[in-house]
Amino acid sequence: MTLLEVNDLAVEFNTAEGTVQAVKGIDFAVERGRTLGIVGESGSGKSVTSLAVMGLHRGAKVTGSVRFDGTELIGAPDETVRKLRGRRMAMVFQDALTALHPYFTIGDQIAEAHREHHGSSRKESWARAVEVLGDVGIPEPARRAGEYPHQFSGGMRQRAMIALALSCEPDLIIADEPTTALDVTVQAQVLDLLMRLKEERGLGIIVITHDLGVIARVADEVLVMYGGSAVEQAPADTLFTSPRHPYTRGLLDSLPRLDAADGEPLHAIPGNPPSLLAPPAGCVFHPRCPVYAAADTGQRELCTAGRPKLRLVASEHRNACVHLGETA
Amino acid sequence: MTVRQDTLTEAPLLEVSDLGMTFPAPRGGLRRSAGIKAVDGVSFGVAAGETLGLVGESGCGKSTTGRMLVRLLDPTAGRVDFEGKDITRIGQREMRPLRSRMQIIFQDPFASLNPRQTVQQIISAPLRAQGTDAAVIRREVRDLVGLVGLSPEHLERYPHQFSGGQAQRIGIARALATRPALVVADEPVSALDVSIQAQIVGLMERLQRELGVAYVFIAHDLAVVKHISHRVAVMYLGRIVEIGDREEVYDRPAHPYTNALLSAVPLPDPVAERARERIVLLGDPPSPANPPAGCTFHPRCPKVQDICRSEPPLLRISGPGQRQVACHFPEN
Repeated sequence: MTLLEVNDLAVEFNTAEGTVQAVKGIDFAVERGRTLGIVGESGSGKSVTSLAVMGLHRGAKVTGSVRFDGTELIGAPDETVRKLRGRRMAMVFQDALTALHPYFTIGDQIAEAHREHHGSSRKESWARAVEVLGDVGIPEPARRAGEYPHQFSGGMRQRAMIALALSCEPDLIIADEPTTALDVTVQAQVLDLLMRLKEERGLGIIVITHDLGVIARVADEVLVMYGGSAVEQAPADTLFTSPRHPYTRGLLDSLPRLDAADGEPLHAIPGNPPSLLAPPAGCVFHPRCPVYAAADTGQRELCTAGRPKLRLVASEHRNACVHLGETA
Repeated sequence: MTVRQDTLTEAPLLEVSDLGMTFPAPRGGLRRSAGIKAVDGVSFGVAAGETLGLVGESGCGKSTTGRMLVRLLDPTAGRVDFEGKDITRIGQREMRPLRSRMQIIFQDPFASLNPRQTVQQIISAPLRAQGTDAAVIRREVRDLVGLVGLSPEHLERYPHQFSGGQAQRIGIARALATRPALVVADEPVSALDVSIQAQIVGLMERLQRELGVAYVFIAHDLAVVKHISHRVAVMYLGRIVEIGDREEVYDRPAHPYTNALLSAVPLPDPVAERARERIVLLGDPPSPANPPAGCTFHPRCPKVQDICRSEPPLLRISGPGQRQVACHFPEN
């Protein structure tokens, strides 16, 4: 059975300035032992999507379907979601210093989560905390478990948060910008750790990031989001070698690359990301899209008629652009 | 103590010699400490119209160095010669005319723009400080907004009405108002979305071609720095460990730290990523409050030898070209 299946997910917030359609019509699936990368810029809806999967939106209208190992979570009683959250699906946040409690030791925080979900004794849960800290590569875990978050370096705190997520042996880990706050040499260590855990434990992992380099390193599948919509989805190799959506192409072309030839110009995407209070009609990307700009009136109407959904254009490759669907 | 940068035939626009910044140790600690050496023995030159990239991880001293270049911080050692004048030893009165020749752009465009001022007021501030005539200011400001890709109707708006990329354009327009010869850009694109980063990098490159302004471009993103810089300095724990032409530093890194740093950056190409040989450094960068003895990189260095633990290496020329490296065992 598919570990996580998301269908037609939509999230709306009511704000003082009106209704924000943060995410609309999102579908994806995550299998055990696979990593799905969700990539997008700020406001693309990638974090909103992950919080909706975890049932962490308060005061938002969440519709569609999120099935975890066969159990429907949207509309399920709080108790059902609470039992799964932390125990079978866990989250790793960007800023470990904010996510960890400053007044409790790292070991206490991990042990508490274990006791809560497994009803284990203090002694058992502490032993488990030391064990998972060792698993994520914290040196001298028995001693470090007694330290507070501020005594850990940035990279160690991120490892500690991954240990916290692992402590209940979840099936799915959602990591939201897990390395964005880290230096590049430390980022490499944390990404290697996530990949090792996936291999060794057969975890399903969702990595949410704005960094296409991180996606290229860890993801098996990639979902590209823009303005609250999914615009393209493909296996990682396919997405980077033959992107089909104009936004994905534009994003890859605008990226300064270490492996670029000297003097190669950057091709910026013109304009700015859309406001989600008043998104453009039809395809959210059309005001910045080179294909739309070059199209004639008849073709343009296709772009503005309705928000396009992902559809299959090649084996395992789904694209939402009405124009670049089949040809590329 | 360090080899001076003597590669430029004419006097460089900016010459930094043995620059150091020691922040006093926090009071009330249990141990007595000599203070935190954020920057130590940094020397480099910047020619008119060129871009020097300053890269390194957090805490390496790159931003502190940038602030000393425009004298937002007074260094505790060394000197900064700008257009032939040592700006670390002059008073504020003498400094004032020089301020129009050197400007700075910050990372967070919103934090560096006054939310209660209109774009017109923000961009004209440096000109008003110089006592420029009001009619001239109005004309200049209109030119400046056009130059950075904004339109005149933006002038009456306030910073919150702009996106991050547009706000950074306003910051750039303000920095260029007095037609400076040098702009220090401290992480100017790292708060921006990827698709907007390329716009701002492209804008800065065009402005350099049109106005001949020199940049010291400070960033942690090695790919952005490679794209925009002519020369690159790599910093680690307050010191320059390698400096040279962009091609030298990126294509043939000589310092093991530069090498590891470059190999740690994930490429947006899964096939290349899998094939790539990577040097994964152990541990985190050490704290500048308590730096390791000898070469400060030695606890994380894959090539460490005995001498590295006791002798700090000096920055010296290595291999062909003018590249300098501070390592006992540089690679070539």
